[in-house]
Formats: sequence, C-alpha cells, structure tokens
Amino acid sequence: MTTPATIRIQQDDFDIAKEIAALSKGRTDIGAVVSFSGICRGSEGDENIAALTLEHYPGMAEAEIKRHADEAMSRWPLDGLTVIHRFGRIEPGENIVLVVTASKHRQAAFQAAEFLMDYLKTSAPFWKREESAGRTGWVEAREHDDTAAARWSKS
Amino acid sequence: MKVKYFAWVRERIGKAEEMVEPPATVRTVSELIAWLAKRDEAYAHAFETPRVIRAAIDHAHVKPDAAIAGAREIAFFPPMTGG
Repeated sequence: MTTPATIRIQQDDFDIAKEIAALSKGRTDIGAVVSFSGICRGSEGDENIAALTLEHYPGMAEAEIKRHADEAMSRWPLDGLTVIHRFGRIEPGENIVLVVTASKHRQAAFQAAEFLMDYLKTSAPFWKREESAGRTGWVEAREHDDTAAARWSKS
Repeated sequence: MKVKYFAWVRERIGKAEEMVEPPATVRTVSELIAWLAKRDEAYAHAFETPRVIRAAIDHAHVKPDAAIAGAREIAFFPPMTGG
C-alpha cells in the first residue's frame, strides 16, 4: 500500500509521538518507523544562542520538499512519510524539523530519512538567522552539508 | 515578471519582492543578476558575489545559465540553511 507523503510547513510546534502514531496506527504492514527531529541548539562553538528565526519561501518550500519526498518514495519501499518544517522564531530546546519514515524493514526507513534530511539542509528554501548576545546574523551554509547531500546523487 | 528576494539578499535590497521588466537582451538568470546589480548601490551590494547567489524560477531551483523567458516568478537567495 502506498501512502501519500504528509508535508507541513508551519509556525507551531509539533508532537513527535502523535506524528509517529499517525503513520503507524492501525497498520500491520509496517515493521519499522524512523524519526529524525532537528532541535535548536543553545550554543554554537563557544557562543550562546538566544534564538533562531527561520525565514522560508512559501510555495517553493512545499514544492521542493514534495519533490524530494516523491524521490524518496520512488527509491525506497516506504509505507508512510511525514516531513514537518517550522518557520518563525525558535528558541533553544524547541523543535525545528521532523522527518518520519515508515517501511516494512528498517534499512529503507533509515536511508530514506537520512536522504530527506540531507536534502532539506541544502535545497529546501529556509534560512536561519541567529540571535546571540547583542548581535544577530544569518547562519552560513556549511560545505559538509553539500557533501552529505551529494552522496545520494545517482551517477 | 515578479522577482522575490530572501534572507540577506532581501535585507540588502530592502524589499521582499517587486515587478521588473528587463530588456530582451537579458536572457538568463546570471544576466538578470548583472542587470539588477547595476540598479543602485543596494542591489550592487546584494549581488556583489554572484557565485553565492542561488536562484529559483517558478518554485524550482535553476542554474545561472537558465533562460528566464516565460518565467512568472524568479527568486534570489543565499545558500539555504534549513533543516
């Protein structure tokens, strides 16, 4: 059974347990659920972070995540997929992003979740602005995120 | 066509979106960046390092040599830092 992906871009927090249950409840064909949640850290190096503000490109954010969700579903035998990405001001300890994958076996669920996170980092149109003591600035993209995403490219 | 700006590109230009009508000689994304950069100091600052600017046409990522003909909405932004 193929289940369409659930993709949500929202300001509000999400309930991880509820999202996992929504994928697996009442199903007997699912043997593995993997969830990844990205959380706002309270420090970067030796600098304390007061909050992050995430800007996004409405319309494209949904479209870009859907493209990668579709690709994940075509590459791995998934029985459920949920991606939630928050925008707005997020304080340390709060959730930023959630990817939940469900499959018959763990390998597909693990790999698809990692694939989606690597692409969310480099191609979903979101930008983090960091507030720390007395200053704010845009977070710079990291080269190792590009490298992480590139390893999934089919040659 | 509508042009949108995000993150520090938006801040440097001082607006989130606008309508632009480039001349017919401006055919690609990189030519549009060069044309916009000539408008004033704010645009020049936003586009001072064209290689770091990412672009999307109608909600899909495109490369600098992509043609802009027929585009409804073109967006310019820095490398993404979500997730």
